[in-house]
Amino acid sequence: MRITSGLMIATILAAGSVSAQDDNTLSVEGETMISTTDAPSHMENVGTIYSGWHFRSSETQALQTDDFDNPGMIFVDQAIDEWDVVDGSAGKACASCHEDVAAFEGLRTQLPRVDDGQLVTMENLINECRTDRMGAEAWKYSGTDMTGMTALISLQSRGLPMNVAIDGDAADFWEKGKELYYTRVGQLDMACSNCHEDNYGVMIRADHLSQGQTNGFPTYRLKNDKLNSMHGRFKGCMANIRATPYKEGGDEFKALELYLASRGNGLSVESPSVRN
Amino acid sequence: MASGVKPRVKVPKKAAAGETITIKTLISHKMESGQHKDGDGNVIPRSIINRFTADFNGENVIDVTLEPAISTNPYFQFEAVVPEEGEFQFTWYDDDGSVYETAKKISVS
Repeated sequence: MRITSGLMIATILAAGSVSAQDDNTLSVEGETMISTTDAPSHMENVGTIYSGWHFRSSETQALQTDDFDNPGMIFVDQAIDEWDVVDGSAGKACASCHEDVAAFEGLRTQLPRVDDGQLVTMENLINECRTDRMGAEAWKYSGTDMTGMTALISLQSRGLPMNVAIDGDAADFWEKGKELYYTRVGQLDMACSNCHEDNYGVMIRADHLSQGQTNGFPTYRLKNDKLNSMHGRFKGCMANIRATPYKEGGDEFKALELYLASRGNGLSVESPSVRN
Repeated sequence: MASGVKPRVKVPKKAAAGETITIKTLISHKMESGQHKDGDGNVIPRSIINRFTADFNGENVIDVTLEPAISTNPYFQFEAVVPEEGEFQFTWYDDDGSVYETAKKISVS
């Protein structure tokens, strides 16, 4: 019996490798993205990293290659308008201090990062600006305003390879994130790694498992017609394995975000990407 | 009054005379069908884009009537023959009487 089940697993894995990621080239508005590259040296069990784009159907893939067809760009357009909107007691808009959003080129590749002993995400930085410098109310962590703005800022780094720091101050957070990644939780008793490391490329019912790369976030999902934040996606994953999700913007998800970002070091930023 | 309405169009900058080109248009609009009810059970009034037209140098290319079942952010892709240099004019008509317009020039080589 044990032998049989072992054989079955072997068969399933073999079948999975046949339907794995494709070898198409991702080019957005004529600019070629690094969507496949060697895994960073800290990854022990994976040799090559693939953008989630390679695991999607050709129709979904096509949507991301043209900014007009990419529905995520509607939210980027809204954020461009929002950029100039004065809000809060200080009478400032984003543009009052930062002028051109293009100045944020490269920022997305380094986030999350450690500032003064705290791990900060782009959402944290935006809300810090809103509350401390604009005197405005903080945005909801995964609200439409926030995902639009993170998409606009991330877009400035599109094509640049992810490059988060995992040493120095970040090391402790990174270790914590790694532990979360490999810890089984929930009623189904699964860790991130069970799907996204052990079984990427395999169909899980009707869905094609990717490596769970975060280089395309915030990502427009066809299933809910909006931009989805990374932490929102983590919550979805945790609900799928029947676990109680951690809090968006909480320490656990931020540490996990750092660890996942480091697993994608070398892949181009694709934000806003299009997924199913 | 619909908020956040913004037309977007994509037209090639250049074409050969007589060439058929593909035009893509999208207007961000919530397209409230008039069938929904709010939390108190009151019907949310219909608020949609009800007509879309495209003209080239004053000549009509396409004229579309939109119905309430059309979803958010209506997208149209269509083809047009470009006989000469000129300008495409795109017009969207809102239920509330607003008219949204945008134009794109195309040169012929």
